[in-house]
Amino acid sequence: MSGDALITVDGLVKTFGEGDAATHVLKGLDLEIPPGDMAALLGPSGSGKSTLLSILGTLMQPSGGHYTMLGRDLISASAGELTDFRNHHIGFVFQFHHLLPDFNALENVIFPAAVASGRETRTARDRGRELLRRVGLEDRIEYRASELSGGQKQRVAIARALMNQPELVLADEPTGNLDRESADRVMELLVEINKEEGTAFLISTHDERIADNCRRQIRMVDGQVV
Amino acid sequence: MIYALKIAFRYLGANKTQTGLLLTGVALGVFVFVFMSALIGGLAVYLIERTVGDIPHVTVEAPSRDPQVLVSDVPGTLGVVQKGTSQRNALRNADAFLPLIASLPGTEAVSPEIVGNGFLIRGQSTAPVGLTGVEPGKLSAIADIAGNLVAGTPDLTNSTIIVGRTLAEDLGVSLGQVVTMRSDRGVERSLVIGGLFELGVESLDARAAFVSLSTARVLFELPQGLSRIEIKLTDLNQADAHAARIAAETGLKATSWTQGNAQLIDGLNAQARSGNLIKGFALLTIVIGVASALLLSTYRRGPEIGIMRAMGASQGFVVLVFILQGAFIGLIGGVAGAGLGYLALSPFPRPDTISPGSFPIDVRQGAFGLAILLTACGAILASILPARSASRVDPVSVIGQ
Ligand SMILES: Nc1ncnc2c1ncn2[C@@H]1O[C@H](COP(=O)(O)OP(=O)(O)OP(=O)(O)O)[C@@H](O)[C@H]1O
Ligand SMILES: [Mg+2]
Repeated sequence: MSGDALITVDGLVKTFGEGDAATHVLKGLDLEIPPGDMAALLGPSGSGKSTLLSILGTLMQPSGGHYTMLGRDLISASAGELTDFRNHHIGFVFQFHHLLPDFNALENVIFPAAVASGRETRTARDRGRELLRRVGLEDRIEYRASELSGGQKQRVAIARALMNQPELVLADEPTGNLDRESADRVMELLVEINKEEGTAFLISTHDERIADNCRRQIRMVDGQVV
Repeated sequence: MIYALKIAFRYLGANKTQTGLLLTGVALGVFVFVFMSALIGGLAVYLIERTVGDIPHVTVEAPSRDPQVLVSDVPGTLGVVQKGTSQRNALRNADAFLPLIASLPGTEAVSPEIVGNGFLIRGQSTAPVGLTGVEPGKLSAIADIAGNLVAGTPDLTNSTIIVGRTLAEDLGVSLGQVVTMRSDRGVERSLVIGGLFELGVESLDARAAFVSLSTARVLFELPQGLSRIEIKLTDLNQADAHAARIAAETGLKATSWTQGNAQLIDGLNAQARSGNLIKGFALLTIVIGVASALLLSTYRRGPEIGIMRAMGASQGFVVLVFILQGAFIGLIGGVAGAGLGYLALSPFPRPDTISPGSFPIDVRQGAFGLAILLTACGAILASILPARSASRVDPVSVIGQ
């Protein structure tokens, strides 16, 4: 275990339910992600990829084990601290874009900054525009989520994930809902951002082509990394 | 806060039909509230005006002195004492108190009076009358005699008498004719009929007559002092307190109109209670309406609330977004309902000026401010449950969908 890892996970356990009904999803999982990593998370359906991403994203508490990010112990942190930590250090891209339907693209992108500062600042709007340009949507700034295509929505979601310049972006099957062409564009974008900005990505996927685009592949079998 | 407000407004604006319906419902509830307040308040004003309009709010009299009882100390003696009935309890030194009574705050009119009984004689006809001596110019201080005059003038001189119309008809006299007034003291005076009134109250129209205070002094052999002082207040609801104050400061017996009208007061209170019940139900409907609409919205927006939480929105932020929606609906719906109520109720005449059969609505008692305040508070209260439920949305459970 190196001291300058972005994420260090040690003996992570996640069990749903109790007694006979218990489902043991993560069984002492160890994982380390260095800063600026570009990793694909592979594994059969039900192997616990989404569960792991939820725990790494501090959206779910593990049943046991250790988890530190940026040197912070995230197991013992309070709910409020975790909310704040997520906001500043972790970005999310999900299989579904989950954009706020009543907000336009720019408003969606700057949400993480606005919710942290309590208002939409000019600086945030400038960065939001820059990010939308970065994902190739500078002509869709005022469009609402319902007025965008699936691939465009996912690119807005990526811009939103990057808004607060997080050290880590967790992406759960980000191309799962897209056609091949859109998927390729999204993947290209992620690789580019990783290269240019040094943001670490952990991308769960079933698609070997996506995985090939990543620097390394993490395979999950039976609740552990192999 | 500003950002939470923006999201709250965006949510409300996203479904204009639903928000519009909700606001309409809240406004209607507030309208019912305001309408009930104005109606119940107006009814009270109307009934009190009908009852109290022509009677004094406070009457000051001499404390009734029981006759001194001298009981023999021989055992077995039974003493029966009858309180004097013809004894006139005059306010001997009332003149001294008059300036004080007149200067008390809240006093609208003070009428020093001498009252007594007698007969009005015209030729062969005789009729019993209840005579009231009032200061000239204060004829209408208590009951509106001047306004109900059917003939003559309300100006009393020392040689005129104003009588009820029925009384005049019984005696067969008309305006300007001379009658003889004989008091129960046996004093007689010839007086000219200076006016005829018709109050619509048979006992008064057939029995009551007014003379000047100085004429009454002569008729009832009361060179000084008064029988009673009748008082009108600017606010008749202050009568009890006012009477107590006069009693405390003068030692005289002061009676509030409420003492003789306990049933009316009870009825008004019961009416106010049922009004409050209806108003309470109106508020309850508002609370339930707002709560269910917002709760529905939290279910519909579950996924995006989850995503907001994942993006770093705190539970408090989500709570704020929904409380602000409730507050906005309560405030705008409240103001709209109160405004609507004001517009609808304003054309109604004041209930103390209307004739029987009209709708007694008192727009001044609409309780508009209270309605808005209660509605806003109720709506905020109603949004607490949806807000809490929204803030507990688990990001993981909605994101996976
Ligand atoms: N809330 C829960 N309660 C009970 N079991 C759960 C819960 N969430 C996940 N599981 C179980 O945990 C296991 C792993 O689920 P998870 O969603 O992490 O798999 P996955 O690797 O993401 O699969 P997929 O590739 O199909 O998305 C599954 O067997 C699932 O049934
Ligand atoms: Mg999954």
